[in-house]
Amino acid sequence: MIESDVFVQTMQDMGVNFFTGVPDSILGGIIAELMNRRLYTPAVREDEAVGMAAGAYMAGKTPAVLMQNSGLGTSLNALISLNVIYQQPCILIVSWRGQGGKDAPEHLVMGEVMPQLLDTVKIPHRTLTEKTVIEDFRWVAETFMKQRIPVALFITKGVVKGLHP
Amino acid sequence: MRPEQGTLISRAQAMEALLELLTDQPVIICNGFPSREAHKIADRPTHFYMIGSMGNASAIALGVALAKPNKQVITFDGDGNVLMGMGTLATVGALKPKNFIHVIFDNEVYGTTGNQPTVSNVVPLEKVAKSAGYVNVERVLDRDDLVYEFKDMLKKDGPSLLLIKVNEFVEDAGRVLHDPPDITRRFMKAIEG
Repeated sequence: MIESDVFVQTMQDMGVNFFTGVPDSILGGIIAELMNRRLYTPAVREDEAVGMAAGAYMAGKTPAVLMQNSGLGTSLNALISLNVIYQQPCILIVSWRGQGGKDAPEHLVMGEVMPQLLDTVKIPHRTLTEKTVIEDFRWVAETFMKQRIPVALFITKGVVKGLHP
Repeated sequence: MRPEQGTLISRAQAMEALLELLTDQPVIICNGFPSREAHKIADRPTHFYMIGSMGNASAIALGVALAKPNKQVITFDGDGNVLMGMGTLATVGALKPKNFIHVIFDNEVYGTTGNQPTVSNVVPLEKVAKSAGYVNVERVLDRDDLVYEFKDMLKKDGPSLLLIKVNEFVEDAGRVLHDPPDITRRFMKAIEG
C-alpha cells in the first residue's frame, strides 16, 4: 500500500503545485495529507474544480484535481469544452468506485464504463498500482507535457492508504 | 416585462464602460454573447474568452486569482452562467480572495439561445453572493452608478460583486476569431509575471 504522504510528495516532486477537488473515501488519506501541507483548495463540484485548475494552469501553476469517478460525469463538459479544446492540461486523480461490480448501486454503472468513457472523449488514463508507481507517475507527467490535455490516474481501493486502514 | 426595462442600458454599453476602466487586469468572460461582445469592443490579450463550459467562468477566474494573488482578476459573467455554477458563489465567499471582482450582466434571459427566461427576475443573485460571503456587493441599473461602483471596487479588497441589470439587446458581434489554444497561450503570456 502506498502511503498518502509518499503519494503527495511524489506529486510535489513532479512539480504539481495546485490541488483542488471534491472528496472521496478512497482519496481521504491523500486529501488529509494535502490539507496538512496547506496545499488543498476545496471545490463544491467537480466541474468547478476543473475550472479552477484551468485558471490556475493559465496563471502558471501545475494543477491536479481529485475526485470520485462520479465527478467525471459532473465535469465531463468542462473537461471537453474547456480543457481539451483550449489545451489546458490538468492531472485528474480519480477514485475508481464500483470497480468489478462491488460497491453501492450508484457506483456500478460508472465503475464499469469509466475507462471506455474516457477513451470515447480521448482523455488518456492509467490505473495506479503499487508495483508500477514510478512508471505511472512518469507516464502522467509525460502525457501532461506532451498532449496538453487532462490526464487521469485511477486510484483503486486499497492502493493508497486511506484515513481508516 | 420588467418595469425598469425601458430605462436599462445594454450589456455591450455596460461592458464598454467597464473596459474603459480596465488596463492589464486579467478578464475572464463567460460563453455566449458576452465573449463575442467583449471581443468586438476591445480585444485584449488579457481577455480569456470562454466559449464552452457554461457556468465555469467564475471558477476559472477564481483559479487565476488564487494563483496570482497580486493581480486583480475580473469575471464578466451572466445570470444564466451564475445560476448554472451557483456553487462557485459559495466557494468564492468562503475563500474570500481579495483580488476577485465578479461582474454579472443580468438580462434575466438565456440570450444566446433565444431569450428563454432564467429565474434571476425572482432570485436576486447579488443577495445570494452577499449571504455566501462576498465582501462588497452592489446592484446597479445605470451607467453612472456602474462606473462609480466599479471604480470603487477596483480600489477595495474583495471579493466584490457588481450586478448590472441590463436589457436584452445584443450587439451585432461575430464569433470570437481566435482559436481556443491561441486564446490560452495569448492569455497566459499576457498575465505572466
